[in-house]
Amino acid sequence: MPGKTLRRPISVCDVEGDEIRIVFEIRGEGTAILAASEVGSTINIIAPLGNGFEIDQSKKTIFIGGGIGVPPMLYSARTAGENSVVINGFRDKSAVILTEDFQKIGCRVIETTDNGSYGIHGFVTDPLKEVIADADMICACGPTPMLRNIAKAAKEHHIPCFVSLEQRMACGVGACLGCAVGIRKEDGGLRYKHVCKDGPVFNAEEVDW
Amino acid sequence: MANLSVNIAGVQFDNPIIAASGTIGFGHEYGELYPLSVFGGISCKGTTLKERPGNPPPRIAETPMGMLNAVGLQNPGVEHFIHTELPWLKKQNTVVIANAAGSTEEDYCKIVEILSDTDVDMIELNISCPNVKEGGAQFGTSPESVAKITAAVRKYCTKPLIIKLSPNVADIAAVAKAAEFSGADAVSLINTLTGMRIDINTRRPIIKNITGGMSGPAVFPVAVRMVWQVKKAVKIPVIGLGGITTWQDAVEMIMAGADAIQIGTVLFTDPYAPIKIAEGLHGYLDSHEIDSVTQLTGTVEV
Ligand SMILES: Cc1cc2nc3c(=O)[nH]c(=O)nc-3n(C[C@H](O)[C@H](O)[C@H](O)COP(=O)(O)OP(=O)(O)OC[C@H]3O[C@@H](n4cnc5c(N)ncnc54)[C@H](O)[C@@H]3O)c2cc1C
Ligand SMILES: Cc1cc2nc3c(=O)[nH]c(=O)nc-3n(C[C@H](O)[C@H](O)[C@H](O)COP(=O)(O)O)c2cc1C
Ligand code: FES
Repeated sequence: MPGKTLRRPISVCDVEGDEIRIVFEIRGEGTAILAASEVGSTINIIAPLGNGFEIDQSKKTIFIGGGIGVPPMLYSARTAGENSVVINGFRDKSAVILTEDFQKIGCRVIETTDNGSYGIHGFVTDPLKEVIADADMICACGPTPMLRNIAKAAKEHHIPCFVSLEQRMACGVGACLGCAVGIRKEDGGLRYKHVCKDGPVFNAEEVDW
Repeated sequence: MANLSVNIAGVQFDNPIIAASGTIGFGHEYGELYPLSVFGGISCKGTTLKERPGNPPPRIAETPMGMLNAVGLQNPGVEHFIHTELPWLKKQNTVVIANAAGSTEEDYCKIVEILSDTDVDMIELNISCPNVKEGGAQFGTSPESVAKITAAVRKYCTKPLIIKLSPNVADIAAVAKAAEFSGADAVSLINTLTGMRIDINTRRPIIKNITGGMSGPAVFPVAVRMVWQVKKAVKIPVIGLGGITTWQDAVEMIMAGADAIQIGTVLFTDPYAPIKIAEGLHGYLDSHEIDSVTQLTGTVEV
């Protein structure tokens, strides 16, 4: 990242042959610099890092993405296949991305917008209510309040739920202990794990929301 | 090729580049990218008597040409360090420096006593961590407090003792002299400068701990100035750090008075920095027909 001290964490959206695809939103200076890269230019990355969702095709899995949490779900959802359900939520119509890519999987794809300008009017947790009953597993990525609500719903229905979390990072490899996430121990105490190395995917049950 | 080896307080380093405490953990992660022997030495993550969970997140904020951190000395405790980390580290062909921290004078004495009984090559006393409330930093803020803690710890320390100095002081030379007078074998500086950033949309500090320690290129000129002042004030070896990013920075820090250097934040920007800095140092020394890096130390002409 030219001119910046820290690298930027970005998820792998898709893999095809020896190509990886990333999809990101311009949030601040770093992502603006990245977006200004010219086609054919070289960028320096450290990859792949951390874990991913563990997909089991025999299970009916619901994949939920919120905003810029949508791209990280694509590869996993495709791996899971037609049996899965995808729920993607966006701010408004202008923020909607990757519709075709998800539809190509052949599974059910539900889209929502917060203001109703496209798809279902509401949050991802609204259509989730209708499909959650016959799911075996939930995988989700997006803003923390959304993940917290999904985790709550999954717990009520006794469905395993895995969430991909964000945290500010420095090293990205597990050395600096910067990207901490609070984990509830069985005895009720708190300890920290690290998004870059232990995650970004965590069992929602163990996260200290 | 020029000789990069240096001797700090009786300990031989193959090159003067040491990994700075807290930026490389106990070496495993960067050790997957290259042999840890690319470093002359490794200063391990700050270790306390008992395990510490660390501070709540967010712990990191970027700053113009640098960063703040408030990790809060998260570490598995000294016993874990000795039994789980140290045996592996000792096989990596690099000098192993334990970085010891505590909350009370007794803590410091105890941990140093325990570490003295192990294979660690040196002990670096972290009396300058700005990120834990009751501990560390208050020992490093005045010449008197530094003299007191150094003298106390010295009685229990049979290893070469490095005192790591805080830049958050009025007179760094006086603090370094106090450490030397009280028995330090070397000093390292600088630890982080206390800083703060606010998210203007939420009006909240970005770091949950509110303040954090600033490191990276932005602090480099401050570090160079302090190393220069300290080198003039003491006879013991001076380990210079703070914002070193390129081999040119390394040359500059050594000219200011560093006998060895540490690199930290640059590892986050470029994990391969130690290799590039060593190559650059070789190139500089060869092209200036200097046989040994030790001949460069303190050669700034003022
Ligand atoms: C595991 C993980 C995966 C991610 N995957 C994607 C993705 O696929 N697509 C995408 O668009 N975004 C993704 N993000 C978010 C992305 O990293 C941030 O939007 C980006 O770092 C912002 O950088 P900036 O320089 O534009 O913003 P600035 O606000 O200028 O950044 C300042 C500092 O804060 C950090 N920062 C700011 N926001 C975040 C955030 N939400 N999470 C972590 N660090 C942040 C930056 O890395 C930088 O160090 C991911 C984050 C994480 C942790
Ligand atoms: C994430 C992080 C963690 C750190 N942890 C420690 C620590 O445990 N003990 C210590 O003495 N210094 C610690 N430091 C300070 C560094 O060792 C070093 O003094 C400082 O970062 C300046 O050097 P740099 O600019 O090359 O990083 C830490 C620094 C960072 C960035
Ligand atoms: S960013 Fe350094 S441990 Fe995760």
